[in-house]
Amino acid sequence: MDTYTSDARPVLEGPDIARVLTRIAHEIVERAKGADDVVLLGIPTRGVFLAQRLAAKLEQITDRKIPVGSLDITMYRDDLRMHPPRALARTEIPGDGIDGRLVVLVDDVLFSGRTIRAALDALNDIGRPRAVQLAVLVDRGHRELPIRADYVGKNLPTSLRETVKVQLAEEDGRDTVLLGVKPADQ
Amino acid sequence: MQRHLISAADLTRDDAVLILDTAEEMARVADRPIKKLPTLRGRTIVNLFFEDSTRTRISFEAAEKRLSADVINFTAKGSSVSKGESLKDTAQTLEAMGVDAVVIRHGASGAPYRLANSGWIDAAVINAGDGTHQHPTQALLDAFTMRRRLVGRDAGLGQDLSGKRITIVGDVLHSRVARSNVDLLHTLGAEVTLVAPPTLVPVGVGSWPCAVSYDLDSTLPKSDAVMMLRVQRERMNAAFFPTEREYSRRYGLDGDRMAKMPEHAIVMHPGPMVRGMEITAEVADSERCTVVEQVANGVSIRMAVLYLLLGGNEPAVTHARTTEEK
Repeated sequence: MDTYTSDARPVLEGPDIARVLTRIAHEIVERAKGADDVVLLGIPTRGVFLAQRLAAKLEQITDRKIPVGSLDITMYRDDLRMHPPRALARTEIPGDGIDGRLVVLVDDVLFSGRTIRAALDALNDIGRPRAVQLAVLVDRGHRELPIRADYVGKNLPTSLRETVKVQLAEEDGRDTVLLGVKPADQ
Repeated sequence: MQRHLISAADLTRDDAVLILDTAEEMARVADRPIKKLPTLRGRTIVNLFFEDSTRTRISFEAAEKRLSADVINFTAKGSSVSKGESLKDTAQTLEAMGVDAVVIRHGASGAPYRLANSGWIDAAVINAGDGTHQHPTQALLDAFTMRRRLVGRDAGLGQDLSGKRITIVGDVLHSRVARSNVDLLHTLGAEVTLVAPPTLVPVGVGSWPCAVSYDLDSTLPKSDAVMMLRVQRERMNAAFFPTEREYSRRYGLDGDRMAKMPEHAIVMHPGPMVRGMEITAEVADSERCTVVEQVANGVSIRMAVLYLLLGGNEPAVTHARTTEEK
């Protein structure tokens, strides 16, 4: 994880985050024509909280219970051998599974695309969804793989010297997206 | 940093809890239709078994295959070892083949330590039982089984076994399982009592972090888990107790004795069980007996250990003692 400097500036605050999640929820309903078979899978850690918030909003809109789970991709990363092994996070697939469902992967930041590649591999081992879509709070660009998000909270064109940090109330005590500069480049 | 698992005594509390927590996630893989992860793809692991063991070997093999490692099984019988090849020569052969890890079972206490510290081989070494010394993955799977049953599957995450009272009964003298368990359970905060005939208590047990008793009946009501050990007749070179019947009468676990245990208490056994001697069929087949669970948990624990030692560019597990201190 990058180190974040004190002069990092917020680009999204709490109410903005709530607003973009509401918009994404409506977009999901519109594209999935009612979200009948939608399963939300958050990628730990913050993707899980975002998935839970999205599920709550979808339930308000559709008046239906939306299955939500988490998908840890640690064991599927392509850079496993470049770092010490990380502690595993929780993979929790809703009881009815994902076969034949529309799985919406949820993550906080979309960057190189390698996390999503790993997530697609992980999904492959768990079942066969009808389709897979991707929802992210922030897309900061710099893709290294041909992957794009279906639902984006905010497009944030960044340079590689910049850092993006998402903080959520469940984990960090407040909702905000911070844009900073890597310490070495200050 | 060490990249081997030789003794349960080498693990810190945090390492042990990390292994147990990781195993909990690995156990979820076993519930899936595709029980496989790509984590150790391209890594070669040799199961080097100088001593017979079906249970431990297939448990390691299942764990290795579920993590997509390439597995080579090497048993001493029928190999060049029976022609007189030394451990050093075997190790150098494996090194030349570029193996990443060696899971070793050896009749001589200390053989895995020698393999890990001699400079013969660069691979990670995992002790799968050496003589009467250690069997660390067995201790880890026992601790995992206890934590699941006594603390809870989800409630146990991040937790140790503080305050739990564990009784280990039987042939402590010849048991690497007992040694490993005493070390690990002490690290995890449990209180361990060994119960055995005086002839089967090892010399120097006074320095072990546990209590010793010769009376099973008075210990049972205070136990959260009772672990029965196998009487290892194959290692016995003298008469350690008068008759099997006598042993069974004083140290065997039957239905009447089990009734003296608290309601929540579990009965464990590392297997293979000698029914009728250390444990009756009634106890072995009861719901409180976790023998079958222990086997399933063994695969999860071994997956966790392999992932933490081999999954990255350096092991995630630190060790309590350095080589110099040993």
